[in-house]
Amino acid sequence: MSRQKVGVIGAGSFGTAIANILARNSDVLLYARNPDTARAIESSRESAKQRIEDNIQTTSSLEEVAAQCNTIFPIVPSANFREMMKQLSPYLHPYHMLIHGTKGLDLTLPDKRPADFKISREYIKTMSEVIREESVVVRVGCMAGPNLSVELSKGHPAATVIASPFNEVVNEGKKLLRSENFQVYGNKDLTGVELCGILKNIIAIASGILTGLGFGENAKGLLVSRGLVEMIYLGQALGGDISSFIGLAGIGDLVATASSETSRNFTCGYKLAEGKTLDQVTTEMDETAEGINTIRIIKQLADSQRIKPLITETLHKILFQNMSPTEGVTYLMRYPGNIDIDFL
Amino acid sequence: MKPLEQDYVKKKYDQVLPGGIDEWPVVALSRNREEFVKEVAKESIARIKSITSTRSALIEEIETTLFREKLRIKRNPWAVDPEDEADFLASVKSRLLEISHNEDKEEIDETLESILEEIIFRYSDEIAGNFKKSRYRFTRSFVTFGFARLLNASRARGFWSIFSTQYTLQDKINITGEVEHLRSLTRKGTIVMVPTHFSNLDSILIGWVINAMGLPAFIYGAGLNLFNIKIIAYFLNSLGAYRVDRRKKNLLYLETLKAYSSLAIQRGCHSLFFPGGTRSRSGKIEKRLKLGLLSTAIEAQRVNYQKGKRDGLEKIFIVPVTLNYNFVLEAPGLIKQYLKLKGQERYYVENDEYSTSYKISAFLLKFFTKGSDISVSIGKAMDVLGNYVDNDGNSYDKHGRNIDTQEYFTQDGRIISHNQQREDEYTRMLSQRIVEEYHRINKIFASHLVAFTAFQIFRQRYTKLDLYNLLRLPEEEQVIDYSEFKEAFEKVLKKVHNMRNEGKVNISPHLMGDPDKIIDHGLKNVGMYHAKRPLIKNKNGDIITQDLNLLFYYHNRLEGYNLEQYV
Repeated sequence: MSRQKVGVIGAGSFGTAIANILARNSDVLLYARNPDTARAIESSRESAKQRIEDNIQTTSSLEEVAAQCNTIFPIVPSANFREMMKQLSPYLHPYHMLIHGTKGLDLTLPDKRPADFKISREYIKTMSEVIREESVVVRVGCMAGPNLSVELSKGHPAATVIASPFNEVVNEGKKLLRSENFQVYGNKDLTGVELCGILKNIIAIASGILTGLGFGENAKGLLVSRGLVEMIYLGQALGGDISSFIGLAGIGDLVATASSETSRNFTCGYKLAEGKTLDQVTTEMDETAEGINTIRIIKQLADSQRIKPLITETLHKILFQNMSPTEGVTYLMRYPGNIDIDFL
Repeated sequence: MKPLEQDYVKKKYDQVLPGGIDEWPVVALSRNREEFVKEVAKESIARIKSITSTRSALIEEIETTLFREKLRIKRNPWAVDPEDEADFLASVKSRLLEISHNEDKEEIDETLESILEEIIFRYSDEIAGNFKKSRYRFTRSFVTFGFARLLNASRARGFWSIFSTQYTLQDKINITGEVEHLRSLTRKGTIVMVPTHFSNLDSILIGWVINAMGLPAFIYGAGLNLFNIKIIAYFLNSLGAYRVDRRKKNLLYLETLKAYSSLAIQRGCHSLFFPGGTRSRSGKIEKRLKLGLLSTAIEAQRVNYQKGKRDGLEKIFIVPVTLNYNFVLEAPGLIKQYLKLKGQERYYVENDEYSTSYKISAFLLKFFTKGSDISVSIGKAMDVLGNYVDNDGNSYDKHGRNIDTQEYFTQDGRIISHNQQREDEYTRMLSQRIVEEYHRINKIFASHLVAFTAFQIFRQRYTKLDLYNLLRLPEEEQVIDYSEFKEAFEKVLKKVHNMRNEGKVNISPHLMGDPDKIIDHGLKNVGMYHAKRPLIKNKNGDIITQDLNLLFYYHNRLEGYNLEQYV
């Protein structure tokens, strides 16, 4: 067991599950933003409804995390990620390594925008790009793959991808995470792997809708394969490699998330199909479904770049423009079919 | 908008090192040339051995080198090549043949060792510069005096003005940007200057600029082809150049070259290399840099840290520089090569089209006796990770927080470690930062802007044509109505001014004031000495081109700023 502590920022269900996996190999410092929450976790030894290992300590001080840990896993919702980085950044040094597990996008628009302002890729950032922008840390990576928190917490077999242009980051991730039931793969295409995790959430919402409407496996097969094609197109437009999408973080995560009722994004779609409004759905759920925000951002980008991601646009209509889920499915099914695969 | 008269400072800078030339690191290096060459050879051999970990891999590498070298001698011989080269290669070949019949492993290793040593020693001896104090002094005064005379004779009227001192070279070559910053850092650490590369003139020009700023001589890699011309070889040697032969692309040579650069930087020699590797064929600002030499700056920094050299004195500073021209002598040849070889660079044989003394003297004469000013923008210095540094050499992040550069090279937070893959990645990051800085410090001339506008008008007029067909546009189509041109020009100009205000680019003082005058100035200057002008006004006052390829070339200077949408 390594004497150096490993940091986890974010004590949500995924953060807690990762902290527990890390705790098998090292002592862990788990950060919760709210001091009361941190204390409660410390005393109850329970976080996000999961028991935490004995060698996990908690804190609500980012300074402490940076001071005690060289390797830190930030796992907070994308909406709070930049703010968290701004607070953490003063304590970070170039020797730190950050491996994040957040599957969302950051949209930061300039304060002064001309009338003909168009959103473009330069305003949309993946979390690793946010880390690079906000801090001096360069050795950055991400983890992505079929990692549903509930299953991880039960210790079922699973695997993840650590992506980073730096071999040392990948190796560090492997060293820290690997255990009997947890396999770790490496990938150099950081952006591609991040995008896999981000874009699959869109398809997961759609899958939830299909299931909620009572459709079966044919429909899901159709969705997963067309969804992957859409992910690849969007991924390329955002600067990822095709190859990552057919790996564990791409198709692997997509299959898991699109069939799991424990996935937040799937649940979000499922509830929409039950006829609930987006507001109702978001208040009912205790954790963020990243897919909602991703759809919003991708829609804006697609409009300005004149690309047409069919599934994302339809979901945008369902989420924000009062199209009913049934209408959405009909719309998609009536859309003239195209060539099956034309990107390989 | 108030027109600016001049944006450069014309002054005589004191020598940064008051002790004079004897204090220069390059002098120390040349004093111990022999010893240094040996050190380079030793280091290169160690590198090559670590890359070729097995005996058979080493034999293969030597065989490849031999094969390529023989091919080079046959296909592409230069005057500067040593006469005994063929004999030497023959001897290597026969010894390699012996090895293949030998069973004794120890003997094989011995022979391999000696072959490797001989090849590497020849390479490092060829690469090593030959800096001579006396020659440097002579060249410095010769260049400064001689060019100044030419300049005054041409600017003022009459023969006697040849003795006038009204104009100096600094009126011809305007130095702008972070000069004082650079001067201060030269005292603090080791400078690695990385300029853009558009013309063969760059090497001489930058040598003069370094001297004019009062800096000690830099060592720099100059194409071996330039040493074919005796007179230029003389100048280059005296300015501290070392030789880079782009024909030799074998591992043994490249590793020797890197070892030379890295060791010289470690010894505190200020260095300069053109990270684009070769002149920009297209006229675009370099977007992709060669990573080989750049990696030596990062390596040298890490080695210095490993040796415990922690103070600012041992820090390495990267200084991007752009050279901005209205006119590039070689433009017609370069753009032709670019168009011909686009996508087939692999099969391209390095040629030596700039080889006669006549051509170069004719050019220098034209350059100094006629208009066409050149400006040199000195960028802000960065550490090897691309963070800006202050005058004392401290690195800062975007938020103004101090950074300890050493910590980029640590493992487990504390120990400085050598990790080649990490450094390769850092090299890529640094090259991106340099490219960013190029675009930021690049100075836009009126001539670039007219060329850009005109070419974009053609391109948007014929969106269906690909580049090659567009360049073959019939002559009668190559006309732009002046009012249409002016309208587009003003839009781009406005955007360029906005970008300047946001700190995204520099502009020449000629870009201020009345647009008609700016256009006239641009037309007058763009590629002014070419037999066929890229852009002129015809009798009706409309804009025409005499050479679309050249127009494309000068237009390319403003690629990468997303200005297309404003035309």
